[in-house]
Amino acid sequence: MTLLPAYDITLAGYAGLAAIVAIGLTLLTGVSGQTSFGQASFVGIAAYAAALLPDGPSGLLAGLALTGAAAWLLGLITARLSGHFLALCSVAWGISFYALFGTLPLLHGFNGIGGIPPLRLGPLSLAAPAANVALIWLVVGLALLASRNLLTSRTGRAMRTLAGARAMAESMGIDTVRLARAVFVLAALLAAVSGFLFAHFQRFISPTPFSLTASIEYLFMVILGGAAHLGGAVLGAVLVTVLREELTDWVPRLTGATGNYEAMAFSLAVILFLQRAPRGLWPRLARRAARPKPRRAAPAQPARECPIADGVALEIEGLRKHFGGLAANQDVSFSIRTGEIVALIGPNGAGKSTLFDIVSGQLAPTAGTVRLFGRAVVRLPARRIAALGLARTFQHVKLLADESVRDNIALGAHLAGRAGMLRALLRLDRAEEARLLAAAEAAAARVGLDDMLDMKAGALPLGRQRIVEIARALCLAPRLLLLDEPAAGLRLQEKQQLAALLRQLRGEGMAVLLVEHDMGFVMDLADRVVVMDFGQKIAEGAPAVVQADPAVLEAYLGGVA
Amino acid sequence: MTPFVFLALLQDGLTSGAIYLLLAMGLLIVFSVTRVIFVPQGDLLALATLTVAQLQAGGVPGTLWLLDALALAALLGEIAGGRTTRRTLAAWLIYPAALTAACWFGPRTDPWFAMLLGIAIVTPFGPLAWRFVFRPAADASLLALLILAMALHFVLAGVGMVLFGPDGASVAPLTSATLMAGPLAISGQSLAVVAICAALVGGLRWFFGATLTGKALRATASDRLGARLVGIDAAESGARAFALAAFVAALSGVLIGAVTPIAYDTGFEIGLKGFVAAIIGGLASYPAAAAGAVLVGVLESLGSFWASAWRDVIVFALLIPVLAWLSLRQRAAGEP
Amino acid sequence: MTGKLLTVAGLRAGYGSVAVLQGVSLDVAAGQIVAIVGPNGAGKTTLMSAIMGLLPRQGEVRLDAAAAGSTAAMVAAGVVLVPETRALFADMSVADNLLLGAYPRRRAARTDRDAARADVFALFPRLAERRHQHAATLSGGERQMLALGRALMARPRLLLLDEPSLGLAPRIVRDIFRVLADLRTRGLSILLVEQNARAALDIADYGYVLELGEIVLEGPSAELAHDARVIATYLGTGRQT
Repeated sequence: MTLLPAYDITLAGYAGLAAIVAIGLTLLTGVSGQTSFGQASFVGIAAYAAALLPDGPSGLLAGLALTGAAAWLLGLITARLSGHFLALCSVAWGISFYALFGTLPLLHGFNGIGGIPPLRLGPLSLAAPAANVALIWLVVGLALLASRNLLTSRTGRAMRTLAGARAMAESMGIDTVRLARAVFVLAALLAAVSGFLFAHFQRFISPTPFSLTASIEYLFMVILGGAAHLGGAVLGAVLVTVLREELTDWVPRLTGATGNYEAMAFSLAVILFLQRAPRGLWPRLARRAARPKPRRAAPAQPARECPIADGVALEIEGLRKHFGGLAANQDVSFSIRTGEIVALIGPNGAGKSTLFDIVSGQLAPTAGTVRLFGRAVVRLPARRIAALGLARTFQHVKLLADESVRDNIALGAHLAGRAGMLRALLRLDRAEEARLLAAAEAAAARVGLDDMLDMKAGALPLGRQRIVEIARALCLAPRLLLLDEPAAGLRLQEKQQLAALLRQLRGEGMAVLLVEHDMGFVMDLADRVVVMDFGQKIAEGAPAVVQADPAVLEAYLGGVA
Repeated sequence: MTPFVFLALLQDGLTSGAIYLLLAMGLLIVFSVTRVIFVPQGDLLALATLTVAQLQAGGVPGTLWLLDALALAALLGEIAGGRTTRRTLAAWLIYPAALTAACWFGPRTDPWFAMLLGIAIVTPFGPLAWRFVFRPAADASLLALLILAMALHFVLAGVGMVLFGPDGASVAPLTSATLMAGPLAISGQSLAVVAICAALVGGLRWFFGATLTGKALRATASDRLGARLVGIDAAESGARAFALAAFVAALSGVLIGAVTPIAYDTGFEIGLKGFVAAIIGGLASYPAAAAGAVLVGVLESLGSFWASAWRDVIVFALLIPVLAWLSLRQRAAGEP
Repeated sequence: MTGKLLTVAGLRAGYGSVAVLQGVSLDVAAGQIVAIVGPNGAGKTTLMSAIMGLLPRQGEVRLDAAAAGSTAAMVAAGVVLVPETRALFADMSVADNLLLGAYPRRRAARTDRDAARADVFALFPRLAERRHQHAATLSGGERQMLALGRALMARPRLLLLDEPSLGLAPRIVRDIFRVLADLRTRGLSILLVEQNARAALDIADYGYVLELGEIVLEGPSAELAHDARVIATYLGTGRQT
């Protein structure tokens, strides 16, 4: 065990401690898109708790509790922030906590707290650095394993939507704010574990390792390693720790002077590296490391067992939406019955997508009511409307381009699952997960995507991507389906397949509202057509009637007169 | 606290608030044109103070040699890329050569000459940062750009340490006059700082409102595609934005260096406070940034009186509720 | 036929790994209006972006028989695109938007710019009335006028228009298209993509039908407008007639 010189063992310990923080930061920044310049603060809170309660378990518990509470409170704010606001907010608390560590009399300022005893595991003392380092790397392994479990779960899929696809996620029934806060707390708790181990490993603490600079270094690790990859976090942590030590060692020897050369050289290396590989090291190394094949589960049940009761699915009355001076919708009223396909047509810019966004809860109307199966849904958040049985696709396809078709479709099955973050971390969600994936595969089979499940969604042609969105929507087992230009970019045969599928769904009692420009497709398929122009409904009726309406010809077909 | 003390603190707060406003404007310009949060702006501020201090002490600052080396590298890069124009020659050959000559033969211990020369030396570091750090990664994610900015901060802080050592330095004040208003002593330097900031804000307004170059920069910030389609060169706009920010930072360094000593690592914190002011302005609106800057300056000044150890905590902790409010307001405005 | 101004041959382009254009070939002769019609998702906007150099392109794009360069080079050579989004400078005045339209000719005499602006104001008197307003406060029709006006300030030889009728009332569409026909008589060449097939083919000399990234049909626009397949697919009335 003591083949390595003590110096290297210590270095391995620091690398492991950094890796634990970096794994949490990968979940937070890399996967969920929340940039934090404040992780060192969380390390510090737990480290000080361990120093003040040096017996081990109570220090750990106190550290986790304090960090968790601090993160939860900060999370109330940060979970709603995006981009630079969050980054700056984290700088703010990073500086504040650092100042706190340096000023609170209890923490002995920059003199620090020494004499922290080594950890004991039962009768076993971890005073020997090698044993301590082994424990640290054991924790790294556990954190990796649990995080991997998380990322291949229902919650993990939902986490990937937090970076830039929140509106889509909400329409799949995902509570993004709550999820963002949960990830934030989880990352803070991982930092806390690292802080606890750090205090007992170094046995002396002072504010310096918990400064803003340290937080930035954690972020360097994650970005260099490859922001969205767990393996990259460990790689980055080791690389940064070793590189910094080596530079501290070598640069003064080369230049013959001491000073900030190593920090400079290190940062220069970061700059040069990021310019060449902005996505980090891991994607370059791990050439498509084979993903675990999801197990085939029991054949999926049909999307809906109980037939949908007859009745009115959607009622829109006097709907009005103004953007500043622009009226996108003006007093639009119409309704859809179950088992009916209604097409909403009109020139680009007529207000169709706005209407979709209002019905599905992405936008609040200026006036008017929307009833879904008899319930008023105006001002209900999109995820609540989704839970009532509405699913939709988007005109500008909203898929996670880097994820597989299977995972994208399974996002639609979010509401069919219950397992949360904890169960996912402990891998207690496998039965449910298999059920959700089976549902996704069944939906894929229905739309004819079953041979593309493992492809990255972003690699499909645009028309196919629209079909992935339809499969994702079907996964919600909706009673009302809103399709925004489903046939755009499809070949003739694919359009016919899509039409056949929609007829089948209609036969099962589903109500379908679709926006479409392909007149051949619309007129063949729809039971009724609603025509909009300049935010107003200008005609409604059977396809043949609408097609002969002079007002429609004038508006939609571009001025025949 | 007596009203007298309060007024004195207010004066300090307004002075530093004016500086934060300048920095905030620099950040806003760079961010809206290039999407980069120019964190190292504060480090350029420190380099400017240290450069001018060394000039005034009769030395030749290392920043001048660094500028010469980087300008040469930029020039060689342009030549290798076949993009040499009269403008690149002027920027990367004639300008640094002229500065070197001015430093060598000019009266560099003259306080005013040293200030102007120092600002002239530090300003090109903005476009150089763009040229060597950000432009090669201009299409990277916001996060990658932010990390690059953070890394550049460490590099520049290191440069400051290596070239000027760890000690702080001060520059000669613009004026040592004091104005007595009743019992209150108003320092001439404070007045000069506020006046220069006001003039610069006015100058920037004119630049962006009345010149084609300024309007082209606004156009890039307003609609990147539109700017490309009318033939505005994004790389050139970026260089200009960085030049403005660096100029503003250098000027701030000269102004604040007469009030407090500045060391290689002080700039970052000052820059962050400018960042706070900019964020309070929502990274978009200049009047709001001005209000934010004055607020930060005054709070910091009052905070240092009541609890000097907590000064920075007060300023940065203030930011958290402001951010919460901003994000809620953004949501209410109908974010999709 | 007069000389070819723009030649596109075997053009492929897309976003990341998704190929949208599968080898598109077309020509624009000097002084002609050429229309490209097709449904949403056919690749019309991608085609315009690729010609303009906004997207990396494979295949051939030639201007006056010389290989086309970067976006900046295209603009400098007198090719100006009015994109689907219009890409106006929303927080700047109408006058400033027009002024920036003349940016490619910023070294020309001031009188030259004033003359161009007088021409634009003559075409669109509404813009003269609103010259001090911010672009963001304009109506949809006025925004399109401003987008066209800004493009004309560069005194282009070839105008690329992406969905000029998008979101506009039929009356305004007619006005805009009348202006386009008028511009052609002054020697300007125009390439426009449109979903509003009828309006586009009405004013065009020649037309192409783009579907799924490929040209599936081409011909003189008068013939295309009466082609049964075009009517069926894009005008949606084939079944009745």
